[in-house]
Amino acid sequence: MSKLYSGAEIVFKCMEDQNVDHIFGYPGGAVLPIYDELQNFKSIKHVLVRHEQGAGHAAEGYARSSGKPGVILVTSGPGATNVVTALTDAYMDSIPLVCISGQVPTHLIGTDAFQECDTTGITRPCTKHNWLVKDINDLASTIHKAFEVATTGRPGPVLVDIPKDIQFQKTKYKIPKKEKKLNGKSHNHFNQNSIDELIELMAKSSKPIFYTGGGVINSGPKASELLRELVYATGFPITSTLQGLGSFPGDDNQFLGMLGMHGTYEANNAMHDCDLMINIGARFDDRITGKIDEFSPNSKKVHIDIDPSSINKNVKVDLAIVGDVKTVLSSTLKSLKQKKSKFLKSNKQKTSKWWEKIQKWRSVRSLDYIGSEETIKPQYAIERLYELTKDKDSYITTEVGQHQMWAAQHYKFNKPNRWMTSGGLGTMGYGLPAAVGVQVAHPKKLVIDIAGEASVLMTIQEMSTAVQYNLPIKIFILNNQYMGMVRQWQELLHDKNYSESYTAALPDFVKLAEAYGCVGIRAKTPEELDDKIIEMLNTDRPVIFDCMVDKVENCFPMIPSGKPHNQMILGPKDQESKKITGKGKSLV
Amino acid sequence: MPSSKSAYSFSNKKEKFDTHIIVVWVDNEAGVLARVVGLFSGRGYNIESLAVAQVDEKLKISRITIVTTGTPQVVNQIKLQLKKLVPVHKVADFKREDKAVIFKEMALFKIVGPNNKLESALKACKRYNPVLLDKTKKSNVIQITALRREIDKMSKDLKKFGLVSVSRTGAVAMTRGADIFK
Repeated sequence: MSKLYSGAEIVFKCMEDQNVDHIFGYPGGAVLPIYDELQNFKSIKHVLVRHEQGAGHAAEGYARSSGKPGVILVTSGPGATNVVTALTDAYMDSIPLVCISGQVPTHLIGTDAFQECDTTGITRPCTKHNWLVKDINDLASTIHKAFEVATTGRPGPVLVDIPKDIQFQKTKYKIPKKEKKLNGKSHNHFNQNSIDELIELMAKSSKPIFYTGGGVINSGPKASELLRELVYATGFPITSTLQGLGSFPGDDNQFLGMLGMHGTYEANNAMHDCDLMINIGARFDDRITGKIDEFSPNSKKVHIDIDPSSINKNVKVDLAIVGDVKTVLSSTLKSLKQKKSKFLKSNKQKTSKWWEKIQKWRSVRSLDYIGSEETIKPQYAIERLYELTKDKDSYITTEVGQHQMWAAQHYKFNKPNRWMTSGGLGTMGYGLPAAVGVQVAHPKKLVIDIAGEASVLMTIQEMSTAVQYNLPIKIFILNNQYMGMVRQWQELLHDKNYSESYTAALPDFVKLAEAYGCVGIRAKTPEELDDKIIEMLNTDRPVIFDCMVDKVENCFPMIPSGKPHNQMILGPKDQESKKITGKGKSLV
Repeated sequence: MPSSKSAYSFSNKKEKFDTHIIVVWVDNEAGVLARVVGLFSGRGYNIESLAVAQVDEKLKISRITIVTTGTPQVVNQIKLQLKKLVPVHKVADFKREDKAVIFKEMALFKIVGPNNKLESALKACKRYNPVLLDKTKKSNVIQITALRREIDKMSKDLKKFGLVSVSRTGAVAMTRGADIFK
């Protein structure tokens, strides 16, 4: 007779078979049997966070930087509700997470027992799928299914809720056979005709652009390689969404920078004026499209996406290719080589006028800002951070707000999986725990959270986690004492009524760092900035870097609400010069 | 600056709404109806009526029939979003005007009154396959099967004969002819 295992053991047996080596969690009454077994499974290391939201974001950072699913273990009730923000964040940004939550014993479900909540009910709209396991014999197959659902197709979070009595019950364990049945959820629907059509469109186009997103990253490093190959083989310009940064080298001449609300002038204008838009793994989000009725009015639009429901959701497209980016790109490249082996040469002339136009937009230098010798400009701080770290293969996470946009604009990424930021949900407090997760996955690498002082305070408790596990993360705070993005919107749209956006009682971040047992560094002037950054980089411990920046700097360029791509507001320097010539007014 | 004081843009476009009947075959497991209905409410889609029951005991498949309204783009999204749910096997979509599909709803009417009114009520229902399910000296329970608007009309018309209670189902649908939806 084969051995009987408890539900708690089966949880870890499943994780072993799924090659899980790290889990992020927090114990509590309803998961104690699982925590009791932890010591018996040496290959699985548990990272104890300080709040379950931190566990969720750490698992996200782990997943995004490693390509493996992030695993979370939390207790019932508040443990589960605390992780909801992270699950929703992962759902919006398509990050594979498996969350195991404890639940009160089955006979107490529905009695308003201590620390009971309807976890599957609460997390239903923010997971790809979730399960309440009521029979020990379903446990192993459910957990394996959970990993499959989280990682296949468009990735996302799943949750398995396990009542405490199920954790104690015993049964046999066997690895379930892989089900072939996809239940209609196959992910490569495209055929060769669509690829041929795409190549025809590319051959005809004189104003093409690639618009790429997080789908390229999610498809794996190979997809980024293929993307580079395709972009070089066509000679087309390329722009990327916030989530897609790194899939194409940020310092390449064909790269126009990020597009969207705070994207570059050249990227947004090229999107507006193009005659062929090839969307690869992006989803026409409202921060990208601006006013939808005037979005790229004269272009043929191609949409490559693994999720059929992304097609025609916000923007109608002319050619939809439903499939994994890697598979579609490799078919496209193969066909391109066979049919149009001299594509690049024949196309160079056709797109030369387009490139001239793009150079004109580029010459606006929309990311420029007015420098200062007295105060540190936030853009300058990011630029210096980039210059001093670019040779280090560093991993960057961010919080949400102005600093996030400045990081996206001024930090150049050359590799995928190096940039972890909360895009869809826009979760302040994401970056610090995400950095913890990234550092766990990559212990030897440089991991920096580019943060704002308001965001970072939302999950600052995770510094304690970083110290406990000797994770030398660097928290680089652009401290302007305001919720900068809120302040900016209030300045531009609400008549400078700065309602509640100033934090009047901030902690002393240097002392705070010391209180947590890590290192605090403060920079106040542009002159000392480089030395202080170098000091941070030379510290092999967690660091909180308090970078005191200009309090009222705004993030430009910017597409104001309700405006299309070609009506951007540029920075103050440009507005000034445009005022003199009288041409700028139409832009403001 | 734009007059809209919002980080989001607004659309003033008014599009035509069509009525569609969506049929969803799902695994009959805990929470599956909540998933389907939650998808509709969460994404702001309409549900005009809903009918659910298990149709395959062995495979544990339930059939959910939902009457909804939306622009073509919204209806297309409804279908694609439904297909993404793990317990969903297949999704069919019929336009209400579709002649190749039968739609039926059932209603129960309780009439209380003198005999002549009870008779008149039953007579008024005769176009809609009436079945007299219960009869006492003072009351009738009549079952009819008909289209939604016909039941709407009967619910009004029967008032004068002593209608005191109405119970009705959502629509169910089936294709005509020998073919089944795959």
